[in-house]
Amino acid sequence: MNMTPEEYNELTKQSSPRSPFIKDFLMAFAIGGLICALGQAIMMAYQSAGMTEEVSGSVTSVTLVFLSILLTGFNVYPKIAKFGGAGTLVPITGFANAVASPALEFKSEGLVLGLAAKMFVIAGPVIVYGTCASIVYGLIIYLFGLY
Amino acid sequence: MAKRKGTYTVVFDEPISVRASAAVGSKKESEGPIGHAFDVINEDDYFGEKTWEKAESRMQQTAIQTALDKAKYQPSDINCVFAGDLMNQCVGSTYGLRSFGIPFVGLFGACSTMAESLMAASVFLDSGAAGRAVACTSSHFCTAERQFRLPLEYGGQRTPTAQWTATAAGAAVLEKGDTPPFIHAATIGTIEDLGITDPNNMGAAMAPAAAATIKRFFDDTGTKPNDYDLVITGDLGKVGGTILRDLLRRDGYDLEHCQTDCGLMLYDLEKQDVHAGASGCGCSASVMCGHILPLMHAGQLHDILFIATGALMNTTVVQQGESIASIAHLVYLSSKKKGGLVS
Repeated sequence: MNMTPEEYNELTKQSSPRSPFIKDFLMAFAIGGLICALGQAIMMAYQSAGMTEEVSGSVTSVTLVFLSILLTGFNVYPKIAKFGGAGTLVPITGFANAVASPALEFKSEGLVLGLAAKMFVIAGPVIVYGTCASIVYGLIIYLFGLY
Repeated sequence: MAKRKGTYTVVFDEPISVRASAAVGSKKESEGPIGHAFDVINEDDYFGEKTWEKAESRMQQTAIQTALDKAKYQPSDINCVFAGDLMNQCVGSTYGLRSFGIPFVGLFGACSTMAESLMAASVFLDSGAAGRAVACTSSHFCTAERQFRLPLEYGGQRTPTAQWTATAAGAAVLEKGDTPPFIHAATIGTIEDLGITDPNNMGAAMAPAAAATIKRFFDDTGTKPNDYDLVITGDLGKVGGTILRDLLRRDGYDLEHCQTDCGLMLYDLEKQDVHAGASGCGCSASVMCGHILPLMHAGQLHDILFIATGALMNTTVVQQGESIASIAHLVYLSSKKKGGLVS
């Protein structure tokens, strides 16, 4: 076959269907928006029950995480994510799914080396780089605060 | 004795008979267009086991046992079994076959393993090193997903070029006999790599390997695509199949009207939502052992080229930036023992 990798890459691009970006964007917007609207509704319900804004925010996050893990366990979250894409990935529910799914998947290798060790295979990098970014952010605020 | 024809092809003096074959699958496979072709279907993907890995082993065991039952042989009648799968260290085969007590040759050719095992078994039988042999492979969607991709419950989107790993196994009992179909020739593939790095586009990664092997077979034997009832590739799927036909057209071989792909036959691409088609060693193994070989046995298909394709990578080398090396092995089968297209 007289073809360079560059020529083959071009041929592959022509033959491979692309992801339907506009549909994906719209679905992510709609489903991500619905999750956020649900969060807002939960928070307002907690506030009307007498919680302060600060406490209700934390309790809403916990509620959304709980719902996401529950739906992951029932294999419903991946079905929503199939349509929602980034809309289900970006909110806190996506993070909860990323922790719960490997925990469920790898429990067959035991509670220590399976479930616990593999629990953060997807979410681990988010925690590591999220923490690093927060340190950088904190340093910037501190340095600007000096002057 | 087997002899070389041309540079790459091996022709068997006395064609090897496929005495019996069997296919095992799960619910999803049974709902596909060739669902009726499966000998055994398990509804829950676990095959009565507690883990996916054990389920895959159970599938191989069931496939071989069913094929042996159909051939009316005991495990002790078999001199050698050639088997492999996609799991690390091919544990699907070793744990699935450990209770049989048949001498075992483990093979790894990724999704090309069915053609590889048919080819290796044929050479053993032709040389007299074995009197009867079994070729078997399997794949399981869940073992493959957790090893190569992400946990099953993880919420993500599959790309349009992604393929669905089949939960299936196939086994064939081979011997020097008179039961059709017969393996007449084989072309051993070379490792090909045209720089594809996207593990979600395996069809594109493997198409050059299939094109190279098919071209060499036609060059070596002087036959043409239209001489065959069917040129059936392993699991290139929709994208890889298109590229394969394009590549071979440039080399002067037109596959437009005679090529199909096991990855396009196993599932209904739209209704079963498998994007570019099926993949995994169990895909070509079950399509061949459950559907094509029985059709040849019944005399409905006569001359077939079966080319199983495999991506020879693992997640470590891909994460290190390596491109996906691939291979394709070809087996020529005919419903006739004498008077095949290649001699």
